[in-house]
Amino acid sequence: MAAKPRVKIPKSAAAGDIITVKTLISHKMESGQRKDGDGNPIPRDIINTFTCTFNGKPVFSCDMDPAVSANPYFEFKAKITEAGTFTFTWVDDAGEVTEMTKDIALK
Amino acid sequence: MNKSKRQFLSRTLGVSAGMAVTALLGSSRALASVEDVQKAVDEFSGGKTPAEGVVTLTTPEIAENGNSVPISVSVDSPMSEDDYVESVMILAEDNPSALVATFHFSPASGEAVASTRMRLARTQNVLAVAKMSNGDVYSATNNIKVTIGGCGG
Amino acid sequence: MNRNLLIVLLGTTSLYSMVSRVALADPSEGPLFIDGEIEMITRTESVDGHPLPEVISGWHYRTESTQALEADSFENPGMLAVEEGEVLWSTVEGSEGKSCESCHDDAAESMVSVGSSYPKWDEASGKPLNIEQRINMCRVENMGAEPYPFDKGGQKQMTAYIKNQSLGKPVEIDVEEGDMQAWWERGKEMYYTRTGQLDLSCASCHERNNGKYIRADHLSQGNVNGFPTYRLKQSALVSLHNRFRGCIRDTRAEMPDAFSDDLMALEVYTTWRSQGLSVETPAVRQ
Repeated sequence: MAAKPRVKIPKSAAAGDIITVKTLISHKMESGQRKDGDGNPIPRDIINTFTCTFNGKPVFSCDMDPAVSANPYFEFKAKITEAGTFTFTWVDDAGEVTEMTKDIALK
Repeated sequence: MNKSKRQFLSRTLGVSAGMAVTALLGSSRALASVEDVQKAVDEFSGGKTPAEGVVTLTTPEIAENGNSVPISVSVDSPMSEDDYVESVMILAEDNPSALVATFHFSPASGEAVASTRMRLARTQNVLAVAKMSNGDVYSATNNIKVTIGGCGG
Repeated sequence: MNRNLLIVLLGTTSLYSMVSRVALADPSEGPLFIDGEIEMITRTESVDGHPLPEVISGWHYRTESTQALEADSFENPGMLAVEEGEVLWSTVEGSEGKSCESCHDDAAESMVSVGSSYPKWDEASGKPLNIEQRINMCRVENMGAEPYPFDKGGQKQMTAYIKNQSLGKPVEIDVEEGDMQAWWERGKEMYYTRTGQLDLSCASCHERNNGKYIRADHLSQGNVNGFPTYRLKQSALVSLHNRFRGCIRDTRAEMPDAFSDDLMALEVYTTWRSQGLSVETPAVRQ
């Protein structure tokens, strides 16, 4: 996989707040539909799973198919009940895992 | 118009004309069939026919470019331990392969809301099917026009 | 109806109706604030001698969702490439063991007006120099590193990173420097000369028909303040010379080489036309 992902969450939240999480990662998401100059199909090569957990518990995940655009973007919500760490994971077709963590404090 | 001039024009106007022809006559690539879509929905819903309501699917009316079409889905639900949205499946009926993505939520999501950007091969219906923790299934459908550019490099 | 005839009919009707569709659409409103903070000049009075009374950014010609992508620097996929450029900025390369940072320090300071004031006249070579060429010059002469090949090796990311430091600043170019005026003349001539099998000039679309549609594409004025640009079509950053070549290819003309004298002259002239508009790099377009 390519470059560093970007993740956006607020630095802190009050218990009970529902926050917005945004993620973006650089990836061609080669669909497998394209052909090269000689007419040969370019093999599929995509990120197929995105997961977000908070303090180890699942918050949101997405099973991704080739119709997800290049440089996959996700926006979703998370309910904050305690301070802790978000863990974001992207897994591609080759099984390579990219991980990123972000902490959030309680107001 | 004589044959050689026709050939000359058809070759030189190649790509742009070809794109227009493709749009008119339909792509020769295999596209998802109605049966494929139905099968995917049935598997996901456990055979249930999705009901209307509860699911709000937000997409643009016209996509400037089929490579990146924003899509947002929101499902009305308390998102409590006993009553929450489990998953939402997104299908593009006329893409080469109908399945776009499947979102999975949990009570920790707070709200069953998710956005992403998808690829659409042509003007078509996009379907969002939501499955609840109690087994209920709902769906919403939007039509999105996908345009073919002029020049475009 | 046989296929060839259909292609010809579509081709000829598209050729003649390409720029004459009735749907005369006004650019969508604004204003554009990046992250609600950086105010962008997307419409402004043109400079003296400009054929159009007002210069308008290509941003206005896009749909709302495309516009929204640029307005948010987190969501702008072009910013991923800018971040890669930031990493390259402090990466040591070449025989001298230097990185850009070694001499230029914090790009936010040293490059703040660079992206908005190029191309510049280069006395030594007797030609105008754009950002890509200036980067390569530095790499070769100061870092002892290989020049970037066109569009490869990090050229786009580095160019986007540098230009992004000028985000919001109005484009300006000094056409009085050295022999710049002659290049401006040559660029202007290229802009207005019809070429290719489709017999089109830049002006055919971008001056005479901006605001109208070419099939489903909303024609802009063809300003260059947002390059390198994230194009949805390629889902990647596209450089200015790549775009020049693409446009010229689409008129079925022979494409000049990137950074050739012809295309450098065109860059000088189109930059002159874009003056006053804010640098939007990395702009988001269709």
